[in-house]
Amino acid sequence: MSDDPVVADHDVLLVGGGGAGLRAAIAIAETEPGLDVAVVSKVYPMRSHTVSAEGGAAGVIADDDTIDEHIYDTISGSDWLGDQDAIEAFVNEAPRELLQLEHWGCPWSRQPNGRVAVRAFGGMKNMRTWFAADKTGFHMLHALFQTSLKYSGLARYDEWFVTRLLVDEGRVHGVVAVELKSGRIKAITARAVVLATGGCGKVFPFTTNANINTGDGMALAYRAGAPLKDMEFVQYHPTGLPFTGILITEATRAEGGWLLNKDGYRYLQDYDLGTPTPEPTLRSMELGPRDRLSQAFVHEVEKGRTLDSEWGPIVHLDLRHLGEKLIDTKLPFVRELCLKYERIDPVTELIPVRPVVHYMMGGVHTDIDGATPLAGLYAAGETACVSINGANRLGSNSLPECLVFGARAGRAAATYAASAGPPPASITAQASDEVRRLERLLGTPPGDDSVAPIRTEMQTTMEDAAGIYRTGPEMAAGVDRLKELQERALRVGIWDTSRSFNTELVAALELANLLDVAECMLASGLRREESRGAHQRTDFPERDDQRFLTHQLVERDPEGSPQVSELPVTITRWPPGERVYGR
Amino acid sequence: MADSITLRVTRWRPDKNTPPGPQEYDVPLRKEWTVLDGLNHIKDELDQTLAFRWSCRMGICGSCGMNVNGEPRLSCGAFLTDYAPGPVDVEPLANFPIARDLVVDMSDFMEKLPRVKPWIIRDDDVTEIDGEYLQTPEELDAYKQFSMCINCMLCYAACPVYGLDPTFIGPAAIALAERYDLDSRDQGARERLDVLIEHEGVWGCTFVGECTRVCPKHVDPAGAIQRYKLKAAQENVKAFLLPRGMR
Amino acid sequence: MSQDLTYRRPISTWWWLRKRTYFVFVMRELSSLFVAWFVFFLLLLIRAVSRGEAAYEDFLDWASSPLAVVVNVVAFVFIVVHTVTWFAVTPQAMALQVRGRPVPAPLVIGAQYVGLAVVTAFVWWLVLR
Repeated sequence: MSDDPVVADHDVLLVGGGGAGLRAAIAIAETEPGLDVAVVSKVYPMRSHTVSAEGGAAGVIADDDTIDEHIYDTISGSDWLGDQDAIEAFVNEAPRELLQLEHWGCPWSRQPNGRVAVRAFGGMKNMRTWFAADKTGFHMLHALFQTSLKYSGLARYDEWFVTRLLVDEGRVHGVVAVELKSGRIKAITARAVVLATGGCGKVFPFTTNANINTGDGMALAYRAGAPLKDMEFVQYHPTGLPFTGILITEATRAEGGWLLNKDGYRYLQDYDLGTPTPEPTLRSMELGPRDRLSQAFVHEVEKGRTLDSEWGPIVHLDLRHLGEKLIDTKLPFVRELCLKYERIDPVTELIPVRPVVHYMMGGVHTDIDGATPLAGLYAAGETACVSINGANRLGSNSLPECLVFGARAGRAAATYAASAGPPPASITAQASDEVRRLERLLGTPPGDDSVAPIRTEMQTTMEDAAGIYRTGPEMAAGVDRLKELQERALRVGIWDTSRSFNTELVAALELANLLDVAECMLASGLRREESRGAHQRTDFPERDDQRFLTHQLVERDPEGSPQVSELPVTITRWPPGERVYGR
Repeated sequence: MADSITLRVTRWRPDKNTPPGPQEYDVPLRKEWTVLDGLNHIKDELDQTLAFRWSCRMGICGSCGMNVNGEPRLSCGAFLTDYAPGPVDVEPLANFPIARDLVVDMSDFMEKLPRVKPWIIRDDDVTEIDGEYLQTPEELDAYKQFSMCINCMLCYAACPVYGLDPTFIGPAAIALAERYDLDSRDQGARERLDVLIEHEGVWGCTFVGECTRVCPKHVDPAGAIQRYKLKAAQENVKAFLLPRGMR
Repeated sequence: MSQDLTYRRPISTWWWLRKRTYFVFVMRELSSLFVAWFVFFLLLLIRAVSRGEAAYEDFLDWASSPLAVVVNVVAFVFIVVHTVTWFAVTPQAMALQVRGRPVPAPLVIGAQYVGLAVVTAFVWWLVLR
């Protein structure tokens, strides 16, 4: 085995092979075909969590829809924390990206005349959500992955786990990664690196997210000295299945589903979300924004109007009035999931649901081209925070976000890489250091602690400290608890001594990432003494534009603790206003 | 209902000299637990060294394919209560080399997918996109079923032809080719045909039909392959009978 | 340490006995041999008929010998297997559409049996009249 820690060199390296990563790769292959591009992913690309997105992707195409309306919906949805220049760019580019995907074979659902169909979605004033039945993310990811196979020059490192970024003098020069199959630890150098590793739902115990969503890119950036942004904003999706946390798409409500409490009452009408109508009304009731709907659930629990299930309080999602034909055409996957995992048929029965952690508005701070303050480091997709989602994301904005900013970050990284120089010699030493660190971790004998209990305690801590409603004392207690868990994680040993497919090693590395991300979430949450969007504090229940109409950046200080600072929000044409739904 | 159920899980490490063999674990028998939940219980509570792939736990990512009691299944969709009282044999996906414990080497499958050119092939070279290609709901229905494949490889595990002859391109790859051939926006059927009329293409299939039976997404790859054979045969006849210009 | 070590599990020669569906598949494939036998048998019959009364009587004697009867009974069972299995998979092999709507599988399968019944009736009538 060669002792040289560097195994390969590329112009651009994409970390993550999901919607954003693949879109970036294709963008570079098309605009700069002479560049050497590689995608490194800890899973095979078609396993990326983009695959599980269901509801749809928003883009203005209807004759009676306008760009400005989509922009306004997104800005107000973000509770005015979204950067308006970024949102303008996003809304303008989204339709073209979705059309590009159509040309690449994505099977968008159609109108009878053959044109792409659009549906309503939460928080949107107009119908502009493109959809592929209720498996939009699946079809988009597979269209992207299969299209990427066209570019035979595109290299892939499938099932390589990136453990650190190689940085020298404020510039990124590549990564160190473990090849899971063999266990060999190697450096891959590159002129530019794009982080597209998705979200971090596994910080919580109950999430729609997959096992793989462990905030890897966010932690990599944070440890390399790039700031994270808006980490306190965690989206709770209103309708997840109890126990599994499996997502029941917002499309169920877009097609007319109702949320009922234990009295069969459409309770959202009590929370300034409008009055109930038999047909769905845009931006009203069940089509309100996700943060408000999840908050309503908490109030219903407090009033004792939710049902008790084996897995805690739940409410009901009623689709019975939609009819079997509509459900089988527009929501077939939902029916399948309910039958399989709840043993109920939504055509004739009520679906038990409750809010579940779903999306991370915060992430690696980037500009509108996906660039971080570290030269050569870019980020896109859920990993990044541009920010277009601000304090709360509207449903069906995240899939086009992957496309628009995946393409932008890809192109920006390519431009940078085309004129960037090779890595300095010191990179080899850095890489060797990381190899030694990982070898030491692998060789740490197991004690009476292990990864799983630390992870479970972290998740419980975060559920208490960073729920839908938070308080200063709870978050502070969480911070202390996390510090203890960080200590334990540093000392944890590994039972699995095999180099081949050592998933315990991966779990330990992911745990370290999750703990870093969790710390940032609480540090930011503590400092934001207001309630805005998805960050709701019972000790500071009002929105405070005076003090907090600002992003919060988190950076790692020399002792390894999160330091929070401010960054102004970019306001262009929409001065802060009241978020109004249902009237 | 009993309290627990025994899982007999295949273990293997490349650096040890022993062949793969089962190790028994008792896991709680809960009505909402799948085999995957059982495996996670083993990994978290009983034996941290167990290796297996999983991600979405909802049957859409295709990671967790394994042989459960001899049948290729997604472990996230196989409920423990369906196997009670047990024991349940949990083995790596059949017909693939074992990399470690329940993890198989999928590189052969990944090499086969791009061979069928699974992307939209057009005669025109569109750079400026002016609007969508029109496609009616009926045209979408023509290929929709074949577009549902999650690449879980259960069909390869079920296929005795692939088991006996790994050069066979396999059910999912051919179904994917058919998905693009039937897509009204695609014009690449000829190019895919050239790949699939080879011996290890469609003609390797003897229509056992097991692939369709195990497919968790109801793609019906066996149907896709037989239809493809018909198409290939028709092309052969045309090539034989008609002058070049008329094909 | 970074070798490409994987373990290839051997496939047993008796793989087709492990699952009912595999066994039925192999029987279906085997049944083609018996179809071939019947074709051959029919050719022998035709040759006997064309050679006159005596040859025909000889043929009938031979055909009613115990061995021939056993073979033909076994062959008939396999022909039934052949018919039932192939009729059953036809809808999967051919996606028939009538006026834009897919023809339901039971209809396709049923139509084949109807066809079989019609041809059988015709041959029966031919032989008995």
